[in-house]
Amino acid sequence: MDHTLHNTQTGRAELPMARSMCWHCQSEVTGEYFCDRCVKVQPLAKDSDYFTSFGLSRLLHIDLAALEAKFYELSRAFHPDFFQQKTPAEQTISLGNSALLNTAYRTLKDPIRRAEYLVQLEAGSAKDIRTSPPADLFEEILELQEDLEAHRSLPVETPSGERQRLQSKLRTQREHLEQRQVTMESDLEGLFSEWDALLGQDAPEVGMRAKKDAILKRMRDILSNRTYLRNIINDLIATAGQ
Amino acid sequence: MARIFGIDLGTTNSLIAYMHAQTPRVIPGRNGRAMVPSVVALTDNGLLVGDPAKEYLVRDSERTVYSVKRFMGRGLADVSEELAYFPYRLTEEGGVIRIKLGEKSYSPPQISAMILKELKQRAEAQLGEEVSRVVITVPAYFNDSQRQATKDAGLIAGLEVLRIINEPTAASLAYGLQKRTQGRIAVFDLGGGTFDISILKLKDGIFEVLSTNGNTHLGGDDFDRRVADVFAKEILTRHGLDVQAHPDTMQAVRLEAERAKIRLSDEHTTAVTIDLPEGKGTFHSELTRDQLETLTKDLVEHTLKPCRLALKDAGLQAADIDEVVLVGGSTRMPLVRRCVQELFGKTPHSHLNPDEVVALGAAVQADILSGGIQDMLLLDVTPLSLGIETMGGVMSTLIRRNTTIPASAKEMFTTYVDGQTSVDIHILQGERELAKDNRSLARFQLKMPPLPAGVPRIEVTFLIDANGILNVTAQDVRTAQIQSIQVKPSYGLSDNEVERMIRESFQFAAEDLRARQLIEARTEADAILTATEKAMQQGQGLISTQETAAIRSSLAALEAARAQPDHKAIRARIAEVEKTTHHLAEVLMDHSLKEALENKKLSELT
Repeated sequence: MDHTLHNTQTGRAELPMARSMCWHCQSEVTGEYFCDRCVKVQPLAKDSDYFTSFGLSRLLHIDLAALEAKFYELSRAFHPDFFQQKTPAEQTISLGNSALLNTAYRTLKDPIRRAEYLVQLEAGSAKDIRTSPPADLFEEILELQEDLEAHRSLPVETPSGERQRLQSKLRTQREHLEQRQVTMESDLEGLFSEWDALLGQDAPEVGMRAKKDAILKRMRDILSNRTYLRNIINDLIATAGQ
Repeated sequence: MARIFGIDLGTTNSLIAYMHAQTPRVIPGRNGRAMVPSVVALTDNGLLVGDPAKEYLVRDSERTVYSVKRFMGRGLADVSEELAYFPYRLTEEGGVIRIKLGEKSYSPPQISAMILKELKQRAEAQLGEEVSRVVITVPAYFNDSQRQATKDAGLIAGLEVLRIINEPTAASLAYGLQKRTQGRIAVFDLGGGTFDISILKLKDGIFEVLSTNGNTHLGGDDFDRRVADVFAKEILTRHGLDVQAHPDTMQAVRLEAERAKIRLSDEHTTAVTIDLPEGKGTFHSELTRDQLETLTKDLVEHTLKPCRLALKDAGLQAADIDEVVLVGGSTRMPLVRRCVQELFGKTPHSHLNPDEVVALGAAVQADILSGGIQDMLLLDVTPLSLGIETMGGVMSTLIRRNTTIPASAKEMFTTYVDGQTSVDIHILQGERELAKDNRSLARFQLKMPPLPAGVPRIEVTFLIDANGILNVTAQDVRTAQIQSIQVKPSYGLSDNEVERMIRESFQFAAEDLRARQLIEARTEADAILTATEKAMQQGQGLISTQETAAIRSSLAALEAARAQPDHKAIRARIAEVEKTTHHLAEVLMDHSLKEALENKKLSELT
C-alpha cells in the first residue's frame, strides 16, 4: 500500500506540467493543462521541452501513430478556435501553447530534426556547421566540385554530347552521395538504439554522463556530415537538374 | 451571443452563409440568387454593388470596378502587366493601389468593404438579425499583406473579422461535415482570379493541412482575356473597330467571352453576338470548345506545377491521394477536369456546388468558433516561408512554408557598434535566397539600450496566428521589458488610414443606403410596369373598360413617381398598381386554369 502511494507521488513529481500556481485563481495547479478549480487553460511550463510537452521521455525511437494521436488531443485542448469566446488572457495562452505544440510536433515527427533537437537539448549547440568535407569523402567531393564548376562554365555552344557526358558523370556522383546519405541515416538509427538502451537501464549507471556524451558526439558528427552532404546534393540538383 | 457568419469574398462573386440546424446555408438576396457579383459602380445616383452594378460594366465602365481582389495587398508594379485590361484608373499611394472613381480614390479594401456591406445587409434583411461577427475566406496562397488587406476590408465595413480562413480548407470543412470523409484529400480550387491546391489529412474530425501551393494571379479572368483578345482581333479585321478605344465595348467583349466560355462547358460550339458602337453593326462569330481549349491550355497547365510541389512538400505521391475535390467556378471547364484527373489518376468530384462550397465551409468554421461544432478542428499551414533580411541582402528563414499555424519563432538581436540605439529589421515572405526576390512584408526599428556593442539582447518573437497573419513582439532579455513595435507594412494601409476609412464608411452609409433603396425601388417598378403591360394584353376583353382605365392611370402615376428620387413614393405607387391589378390577376388565373382544365379533358378524351 505504502509502496503504491510512493510510486504515485514520484509520478506526479515527474509530471512536466505541474506548475506552482494557477495564473487566474491562484490555487495550486494539479490538472495537466487546465486548473482543476477554475478550469482555466494554463501556459505550458517555461522549462518544458518538446519531449515533456508531449509527455515523452527523451528517447529517440518514437511511435509516430501515438505521437500524432497526442498531437491531435493536445490541439483539441489548446487551439485558438476553442478560445474565441474566452477572455483575452486565455486566448493569449491558447495561442502560445498551440504555437509551441506545433513546433514540438514538427520537430519530433521527423527523425533528423528530432536528433538535432536532442543534441541541442543535451549538449548545447545543435551541430557544428561544417565548411570542409568529411575526411572519408574529401577527394570525391573535391572532384565533384571541379565537375560542377566545369558544368556551370560550359559555353552555350558546347556540343550536346560533351554536355551529356558531364551530366551523366554528375548523376553518377549524385547517386553515390545519396547512397552515402542512406548509410549515414542507418548509422544514426543505430545510435538511436544505443541511446534508448542507455536511458532504459533500471539503475543509473556509473559514468552515465560520459556514455551519453559519447553517443551525442557521434550523433552530432553524423548530423553535420549529413547536412553538408544534403547541401552538396541540392547544389547538384540545382546545377545539373534531376 | 450574436451569430457568426461565413463570407466568401470572391474575385467574381461573393456569398454569405450561416449555420442552421447543423447545416450550412447560403443566404439568397431578394432576387433569389445567392451570389453577389463582386462589382461596385459609382453612378450618378450613388454607389451600387452586385447585380445592379454589373449592368454598369458596359454602360459606365470607367467608374465600375470588378475583380478588385486582384489588387488586394498589392502595389501597382505587381499588376503592371494587366493594367491595359482594366477600364478604371489605377494609381498608387503608400504602397497601396488606389482606384480612381470620379473625383475620389478608393483603396482595394474600401471597395471590398462595399461588397461586404452588401452581404451584411442582405443577411440582415433575410434573417432579421444583426450581422457583426464574421469569418472571411481568402486564397490559401495569399501572403500576409493580402490577408491583412482582407481583414482591413472587414473593419472598414464595420465587421469584426474573427477569422481569416483559407478557401480550399473551408471547402474541405463543408465536404467533411457532409461526408465524414477520412484519408488524404487534395482540394483543387480554381476561381475567378486565383488558384490554390491544398493537401489535407482527415482523421477523426481533425482536418490537418499537410501542404498548400498556388498562384494568386491565375483564374477564370485570365481565360476570359484570351478569348476576348481573339474577339477583339476579329472585330478589328471584320468591322474596322478598335475596341481598346471603347472601354464600354471592351467590357461587352469581355463579358461575352466569359459567357461563351461558360456555355462551352456544356456545349461543343456556341454563337457569339456583340453590338458595336459608331454604326459598325453587330459582331457575329462562333467559338468551339476545341478552340477555347487551345487558347487556354497553357494556363490550365500552369496549375500542375503547384500541385506537384504541394505533393512533394506533403511527402506524398499522386497515388496516395484518396479523393480529389474541385472548388471554384473555373473547375467546371472540361479541360480543367481532364487535367486534374490525369495528374491524380482519379476522377475528381464536385457534388457540392463549386460556387457555394467555400461560403458553406466558412459558415462551418464560424460555427466552430461560436462553440457549436466541437468535434471538428482545422489545422492549417502558412503557405510561404517567413524570414528577415540579413547581412548581404540574404533572407534568413524563421518559419518555413507549410508549417502548422499558429507558429512562432524567436530571434535574438544585438548591436554591432558601441552605443548603437536601434536596429532595422526587414521582414520578408517567400522561397527565394535573396531578400530582393522575396515579398517585402514590413519594416520596423528595434530600440536598443545605449551599451557597448554586443551587450544589448533583444528577443523578437515572430508569431503567425491562426489567420496566417504575422504579429511581432520584442522583449529586452536583460530587463524583461516588453517593447512595443510600430510595424510599417510595405504593401498595406496604416492603422491610421484604416481608422479614417472606417469613419468615412459610416459617414457615407446613410447616403449609400438611400441611393440603394432608390435603385431597388426603380428596378422593381420597371418589373411591375412590364408585367402589367403584358397582363393587360392577355386580359383584353376579360375586364371592363372602367377597370382598364383605372389600371392605366395607376401605371402612369408609377411612371411619374419613378422619375423622382423618392423611393418611398415609388413603393407607394407600386402598392397602388398591385391593388388595382388584383382583380385582373385573378381573372387571368381563372382563365388559364380553365384553359388548362379544358386541355386536360381533351387529352383524356383522346
